[in-house]
Amino acid sequence: MTTTPSKRRILGPFNRVEGDLEVHVEIDDDQVSKAKVNSPLFRGFEQILQGKDPLDALVYTPRICGICSVSQSVAAAQALAGAQGLQSCPNGQLATNLILATENMADHLTHFYLFFMPDFARQVYLNKKWFEQINTRFKAQTGTATKDVLPARAAWLHLTGILAGKWPHSLAIQPGGTTRSITAKEKITLLTTIRCFRQFLEEILFTDTLEQVTAIKTEDELAAWQQTHQTSDFGRFLMLADDLDLASLGGTDNALMSYGAYHNNQEPLFKTGVWQQKYYTLDTSLITEDITHSWLKGQSKARHPFYGKTQPDSDESSGYSWCKAPRLNQQVVEVGAVARQMVNGNPLIQALVSQSGTHVKNRVIARLFELALVLPEMEQWCQQIQPKEPFCMTSKMPDDAQGIGLVEAARGSLGHWIKIEEGRIFNYQIIAPTTWNFSPRDTLNQPGALEQALQGTFVGDDETASVAIQHIIRSFDPCMVCTVH
Amino acid sequence: MSVLNAETPDFLNSLKFNNINLLWHPSLSEASADEFLSLLENIESGTIPLDALCLEGSVMRGPNGTGRFHMLSGTKRPMMRLIESLAQKARYTVAVGSCATFGGITMAGSNPGEACGLQYEGQQPSGLLGESWKSEAGLPVINIAGCPTHPSWVIETLAQMAAADFSKDNLDNYNRPRSYTDHLVHHGCPRNEYYEFKASAEQPSDQGCMMEHRGCLGTQARADCNIRLWNGEGSCLRGGYACINCTAPEFEEPDGNFTETHKVAGIPVGLPTDVPKAWFVALASLAKAATPKRLKVNAVSDHIRIVPGAIEEDKEQ
Ligand code: SF4
Repeated sequence: MTTTPSKRRILGPFNRVEGDLEVHVEIDDDQVSKAKVNSPLFRGFEQILQGKDPLDALVYTPRICGICSVSQSVAAAQALAGAQGLQSCPNGQLATNLILATENMADHLTHFYLFFMPDFARQVYLNKKWFEQINTRFKAQTGTATKDVLPARAAWLHLTGILAGKWPHSLAIQPGGTTRSITAKEKITLLTTIRCFRQFLEEILFTDTLEQVTAIKTEDELAAWQQTHQTSDFGRFLMLADDLDLASLGGTDNALMSYGAYHNNQEPLFKTGVWQQKYYTLDTSLITEDITHSWLKGQSKARHPFYGKTQPDSDESSGYSWCKAPRLNQQVVEVGAVARQMVNGNPLIQALVSQSGTHVKNRVIARLFELALVLPEMEQWCQQIQPKEPFCMTSKMPDDAQGIGLVEAARGSLGHWIKIEEGRIFNYQIIAPTTWNFSPRDTLNQPGALEQALQGTFVGDDETASVAIQHIIRSFDPCMVCTVH
Repeated sequence: MSVLNAETPDFLNSLKFNNINLLWHPSLSEASADEFLSLLENIESGTIPLDALCLEGSVMRGPNGTGRFHMLSGTKRPMMRLIESLAQKARYTVAVGSCATFGGITMAGSNPGEACGLQYEGQQPSGLLGESWKSEAGLPVINIAGCPTHPSWVIETLAQMAAADFSKDNLDNYNRPRSYTDHLVHHGCPRNEYYEFKASAEQPSDQGCMMEHRGCLGTQARADCNIRLWNGEGSCLRGGYACINCTAPEFEEPDGNFTETHKVAGIPVGLPTDVPKAWFVALASLAKAATPKRLKVNAVSDHIRIVPGAIEEDKEQ
């Protein structure tokens, strides 16, 4: 029985989260009893795109975001390719995979070192036996990790300098491939840059070879590995996760979804599908967006994105966010690295999640594990490039057509749905990863994934300072600028 | 995020070596929620001095001028009100990127968010703060335009301010730092030889000059992108796609499509501004008549087919 009346608090703004986020919580007995997540920025990209030349989506959509810029490019290019009925050539596919993987890996790295870990160097943990060590390593701005990571990250993004001209906001990714052919000499430069980053991961993040890391398949093997790799940054995280019981924070048991990632000869490296106790194929026609709790109008019930509307209405009284509520067959879905690896059947992530579900600890492990899984693939893709073969195919854009672009950004599934009429964009709808994870409630009043994850969180009597809430929010690696766009 | 790509030294060391103390950065600082709100309070009350306010992203004034499209989280305050208030406190106010400068990409189409820049709305001087506004240092908003900005455009400008070595003379007609806008994107473009002979690219991965068919505005765009490269060896042109003049106001609404040259009577409308049109056309047709086979062939290929210095002009590799 509740002894004190509910307290309501508005939390925000959240730093080290890309974009603007506000969370409303109700607290009973020092625990979050209800959470409402608000994306307080609306810019109207879907409206901006209406009436534009279809190919100009390649200029507008990457500019939705400074960290998922390439993912937006790839989704737009794929949607346009669908409308054109165009197939990319092998070189174009390899180069696109490399550019996308470069961004996704950079985002995983940035998230872990710059966004997520600095919270463990907060003053609230001053009395922990590990504080000194973690504070020296991960303190925001001044920790030794930042000094290692910023140069490594900048050097890593040289891959985009060659493959995509620059990062962010490249126009190199096209419906039929990429605009930048690669010479034999440049293959060497790319490979060297990839190996430099491999060295960073092997010497600093894991203190182990990537192959040894990805060979870990069970919880026991992970525990054994942790014992022998305590001075690695991954080892440090695992130690914190045990000591602070991060497995008990931010748990949810929603369906997990992945659009599949890194297509090469048709087969994606990471499978497409849905995980809910078992694997299901994904039927994207079951995706709808609901606006019951959004500051939007113009549709009375949830609609598939091909028929979606985006009309802001700040007076909408049942609304509490600019974000729509995407649902798969009316269900709430969680997306991100942990979902991607569950759907793909990665043995370790399968073992961990089937044991305890998705939560702060497993989300972070899946992300770091992906760094180890994807890098060796990038070495392969780079070697498979054939410099004398074409990099880009072209075909005419039909006057009336439609297309879908589905990609996996670092933080989860990103979809673009385009309808073209009389040679112009008639409708363009985007569902970003954080739109799934940080959605408001829907017409059935089902809370979104973060809203569920926050429920039950113990915040103590000073809820505004609650670091637990911060760990949970950041464990999703949210990108709020993409969420509402 | 572009600024975090800074190199030799990295972003934080670049600030440190130029005596810049970062009060707050959305991706790097620890302070969140209440800690951040109290920092703002201290700046607004004058307890903490603010040397430079850097704004990234446009000012969202909608709907109907209320600013509801962008509220400061955790408060009931529209972001545009906070920006106005901080700008009054800051010695220098800096717009980072074309959105904060001119309104940029968010102003495209019907401008659903009622977006504008700090002191411009597209080409019109006005914006949130108004044409005549000056910061405490007696300067208008310093507009580091670009979508995105090159990390060193930002760092060097801040460093000049920190060294008290920045004046009106350092700014161009749109108050952009001349350190990068005294150049054209065309300067140093590896396609210059193709340009000279009007050997033009036709398809997305072709190597020729992109001015004639593929929408390149490099001869008008003011920035040093091909001199000061991006992410190591890159630039838009080196990446195989057109310059879309992203440092200019209203780049987001081109005359035609972004990657197709807008022409009137077969002549590109976007000729270099200070080159007489008749002269350009005459020169172009002369150059076309003299184009070496090497350039003609390579311009429409995605790799070099005829190498320079091949003894017989048409020797293909
Ligand atoms: S591609 Fe553009 S920047 Fe390069 S030479 Fe041609 S006009 Fe100049």
